[in-house]
Amino acid sequence: MTATDPTAHLTAEQIEELGRELDAIRDEVIAGRGEKDAAYIRKVISAQRKLELVSRGVLLFSIFPPAWLIGTAGLSVAKIMDNMEIGHNILHGQWDWMRDPKIHSTTWEWDHVSPSEQWKHSHNELHHTYTNVIGKDNDLGYGIMRVDEDQRWHPFHLGQPLWNFLNACFFEYGIAAYDLELGRNLSKRRRKNPEFRARAKAVGRKIRKQVLKDYVIHPLLSGPSFLPTLAATFTANLVRNIWTHSVIMCGHFPEGVQVFERRSIKGETRGQWYLRQMMGSANISGSKAMHFMTGNLSHQIEHHLFPDLPSNRYAEVAVKVRALFDKYELEYVTGPLPKQVFSAWHKVFRLSLPNKKPKVKTPDRERELVAA
Amino acid sequence: MTSTALRSRAWKLLEMVTTPLLPSDYLDLVSPLRAGADLRGRIEAVHPETDDAATIVIRPGRGWRGHTAGQYVRIGVDVDGVRLWRAYSLTSPTNRQDGRVTITVKAIPDGKVSNHLVRTAKPGTLIQLDQPTGDFVLPQVKPAKVLYLTAGSGITPVMGMLRDIEFDDAVMVHCAPQPHDVIFRSELHDLVADKKLRLTEVHTDTDGMLDIARLDELVPDWAERETWACGPAGLLDAAEEHWAAHGVRERLHTERFRPGIVVTGDGGEVTFSATGKTVDADGATPLLDIGEEAGVLMPSGCRMGICFGCVTPLKAGAVRDLRTGEITEAEPGVLIQTCVSAAAGPCDIER
Ligand code: FES
Repeated sequence: MTATDPTAHLTAEQIEELGRELDAIRDEVIAGRGEKDAAYIRKVISAQRKLELVSRGVLLFSIFPPAWLIGTAGLSVAKIMDNMEIGHNILHGQWDWMRDPKIHSTTWEWDHVSPSEQWKHSHNELHHTYTNVIGKDNDLGYGIMRVDEDQRWHPFHLGQPLWNFLNACFFEYGIAAYDLELGRNLSKRRRKNPEFRARAKAVGRKIRKQVLKDYVIHPLLSGPSFLPTLAATFTANLVRNIWTHSVIMCGHFPEGVQVFERRSIKGETRGQWYLRQMMGSANISGSKAMHFMTGNLSHQIEHHLFPDLPSNRYAEVAVKVRALFDKYELEYVTGPLPKQVFSAWHKVFRLSLPNKKPKVKTPDRERELVAA
Repeated sequence: MTSTALRSRAWKLLEMVTTPLLPSDYLDLVSPLRAGADLRGRIEAVHPETDDAATIVIRPGRGWRGHTAGQYVRIGVDVDGVRLWRAYSLTSPTNRQDGRVTITVKAIPDGKVSNHLVRTAKPGTLIQLDQPTGDFVLPQVKPAKVLYLTAGSGITPVMGMLRDIEFDDAVMVHCAPQPHDVIFRSELHDLVADKKLRLTEVHTDTDGMLDIARLDELVPDWAERETWACGPAGLLDAAEEHWAAHGVRERLHTERFRPGIVVTGDGGEVTFSATGKTVDADGATPLLDIGEEAGVLMPSGCRMGICFGCVTPLKAGAVRDLRTGEITEAEPGVLIQTCVSAAAGPCDIER
């Protein structure tokens, strides 16, 4: 947390007005949702499937280096599409309005070792409700890192650059462990909890299926190309993991992003909730292709304000949201990917060392509201 | 090993290759109408019948089991990106050689699906299909004399019958506002010219609504005829009373379109059908709260409409989205977020 609250200049009434303006943006998109949007997600899904099919086909001949390269690149992109623009967004219910049972948050399963159901709970429910609230939102450092001056330092944090790097390489496993709250649940008593066991089993099943598919069946199908195909699928998973980890780090870790105290969200109004999402998220700037490959999480701020609006609409929403940031004199944290990744990593390194606890003065808006 | 067992083994193996997707997710890309796929159809042509009615020619998928004349089919169509399901009578004969079937749709005012099908549906579009169903059908043994009593689009199931089987003595009384509103008019007149049908058209704009008592004069031997009636509720109610009053109720077969009209209002009685609880709800309290207060186990998460952790099937009735005011009516497969929905009239939540 920076020493001054960047929202201190706003009155309680202004914040509620801001909330109403954001609601209006949301309503407008919902009223305009239609055939074009539906066609978009269908096209993306079908393109992803074709790309994956072709890439896996090419990898059957991965003994030839050009085939290996093309197949690996294609499969990496296909896996990124599956997780980001398709999986993440469908699981947010962004496409539930189509009433297509095959493209629905309740039925979708993704190419990821964390089962959809578990991820929806920890991500949609906990992270999106308690965004950046210390002690409530475990996405802040995933429970293994310290990402804010206000968090208590522990010698364990000296190693956090390394933890973060390893987490990036095996990100999907990290997420699965995180969704399982593995750290907390490993105690003897909790391990026996039947609910935890059922969830752990579900993760085990997904891991087994994915490992079988990527590291046994497809290599076997490739015959003499067994080893190159194994290397290719491993590489594709690695590329996908590092890419998604980088994108996700850019969402809440870069410098300038605020975190919040547990008590600050007590009795939070709709306007205040919106404001917290605005101050707690950061964007990535770039080309259309860039936005697509991040699953439009490059529009993290817009996504956090409206997690259930179709991702293809975030770009147009961003223009309006940014105008509101200007109007209310708030900082819109954004930048190109390399800069944001660097900024996030910089923080990881910086906070691996202890610091003095900063003093922050937050305005008491409850009193203001009563006075108003 | 039997060949089915072998096939299911092979399929299991394929599933391992495609996990977490299914092999059918890939096959659907190239062959959505194949045997074994979810039942779908492809619109192959749209022929206008009147100003506001059109016949849709559909090639059903390989899993189609065929229909009996008079039956209807539920179809799922994407209108403005939203999948909506409606039932329409099949109007094609059962022995059509090219394997296609037709439905004939009349655009009703504000009817999302009917207007879409009549005015904007394009050949090539995929739609979802259910197997045909309905017991408004002809008997195995041909009755000697039949009467068809129809109004408006109520003629569609009967047209399916007329095209399928010829009777020695068939009479039809059909009501429509004006001559040009009579769907299939020229085909009907051809049947009349061939002496296969006797037809009375009642043009309600000039003749007024059909008074069921006039049947005596239009079809003097109506009571001896096996009758199939389809049209608006008013006509069918009157017919049922009339036939019953003359002690020949068993000769009358009726088909009602749109059975339940959803009444929307502010609040209403909420039924939690899985638990068997019924409570009164106002129009402002989220159904999640209503359910919890009534002791129903309701899944929930953020309680503010963002996590989709509370979605639950809406089995009947209508709800209002508390954020946008939008009304959602029950249809098969419709799920609602209980934390941001309130009762808009009586409704049934599957919890
Ligand atoms: S509880 Fe989160 S959307 Fe309803």
